Amino acid sequence: MIQTQKLINHGDDVVEEMLTGVLAAHAAILWRPDGAPRAIVARHGPRPGKVTLVIGGGSGHEPTFLGFVGKGLADACAVGNVFASPPPQPAVDAALAAHGGAGVLFMYGNYAGDVMNFDMAAELLEMEGVEARTVLTTDDIASALIREKRRGVAGNVFIFKATGAAADLMLSLDEVERVARRANARTFTMGVALSSCSLPQTRRPSFGLPVGEMEIGMGIHGEPGVRRGPLRPADAVVDELMDALLAEMQAQPGDKVAVLVNSLGATPLMELYILHARVVQRLETAGIGIHVALVGPYCTSLDMAGASITLMHLDDELTQLIDHPCDCAMFAQR
Amino acid sequence: MAFGTDDLRAMFHAFATRMRAERDHLCQLDGAVGDADHGIAMAQGMAAAARAVDDAEGTLQDLCNAASKGFLNAVGASSGPLYATGILRAGKSLGAVTEVPTDQVLQIIVALRDGIVHRGKAVPGQKTMLDAWHPAAEAVLQGLPLHDIIRCGREGAESTKNMVATLGRAERLGARSLGHLDPGAVSAAMLIETLGAVIDQCRA
Repeated sequence: MIQTQKLINHGDDVVEEMLTGVLAAHAAILWRPDGAPRAIVARHGPRPGKVTLVIGGGSGHEPTFLGFVGKGLADACAVGNVFASPPPQPAVDAALAAHGGAGVLFMYGNYAGDVMNFDMAAELLEMEGVEARTVLTTDDIASALIREKRRGVAGNVFIFKATGAAADLMLSLDEVERVARRANARTFTMGVALSSCSLPQTRRPSFGLPVGEMEIGMGIHGEPGVRRGPLRPADAVVDELMDALLAEMQAQPGDKVAVLVNSLGATPLMELYILHARVVQRLETAGIGIHVALVGPYCTSLDMAGASITLMHLDDELTQLIDHPCDCAMFAQR
Repeated sequence: MAFGTDDLRAMFHAFATRMRAERDHLCQLDGAVGDADHGIAMAQGMAAAARAVDDAEGTLQDLCNAASKGFLNAVGASSGPLYATGILRAGKSLGAVTEVPTDQVLQIIVALRDGIVHRGKAVPGQKTMLDAWHPAAEAVLQGLPLHDIIRCGREGAESTKNMVATLGRAERLGARSLGHLDPGAVSAAMLIETLGAVIDQCRA
């Protein structure tokens, strides 16, 4: 089998070399504690009395997760291998480096590996006398019927954003946790893949997807989705995703949403904006207002072609939190 | 026949060599039901465990503790906590001694099974690595000969083909996981086979 082409040096070094580049490019925003090679910490967000928001997960989804570390959003991030949860130690390192004495909230996507590693990290923090709680993101509506079993995907952007704002407003750990759960419960994502990603270490497609086909509901690590079929025009694909999202969200005319049209890595902005045009039409038809729209690569899957659509069903509180300023390495709001 | 610290080091090196050789094959199996990285995790984890036992001194348990930590910190993922917990239990079963009778080494299959159950909360039949570790551990407890223990692990791994995943990353696939081997069970059967070869060598 032909290997895919990547601009890398060695497959085993991709995460370390990426982090070197990220820290160099964003030195004003990010730093890395000594002896903690996989913990990335915000220079300006963490402060005494503030709840510490620590996010994390596997690499290969950039700008998720480390790109959302900065004032007003996440205080720190634990960085895993490609598509693999970080072990407990980086999560502990990240939490302790950013800790302001008001407790730690771990947030990450709902995957078996992440849950085990972050739970071990929370146990280690408890032994250090630091209270750590966890809110899992479960926005991928295609991944399971029951909300608690769903994966966390691109909706992380809005969920982390609202939670980070609550922490930046110096709310208590109880309140920040409540906001996180509410933000997650009101965020819905579904995606479509047009081609496989390939891991840097194998440089072979992770799965087969014949030319001319798409997979609806595929996960951001290439986990199989809900159905495979011929690739259809952009509007028809948006309609299929929006039908499912709107049915889940149960919004009333007059309600407002935050929209994210996200590239899985290889799909260009041109196509995202074509998708977004149809998303806008569908929301207008449903009488739903768009408070804010993000279009671009926010939660990728290495070099996978495809896109996802996220809707966050806003209320007054979430609207205020989504509008709260943040200044991160790869995401800013003035 | 005794199994000492150098034999334990040799065992982790044999695990690392086997996982390195099977890396791409395991990734391919994982691509069908998951995220195609299981072979990478196992190869990285066992390589780190082998490095850790080389650097560690002390008893069999000390060496296993070092291997556990090495595996976990190199990998994370789901195999990290599962194998780290299993290897810790394996060290406990071998004990704070520098050698044990070779037949006692089989008990680490039971300890690995117990550690994996403790951390992952799986039960047999959910299409996970436990479906290889569990039948092999039961075979050890029944006192079956080594080749039967290995066979039970292998047949357990093969049986995952007819299972629907109800735990782990493949869980969300539901019926679409049917017909595919679980990569975690396949790598477990390989480790059991490798362990058997190391024990055979020790007995010779």
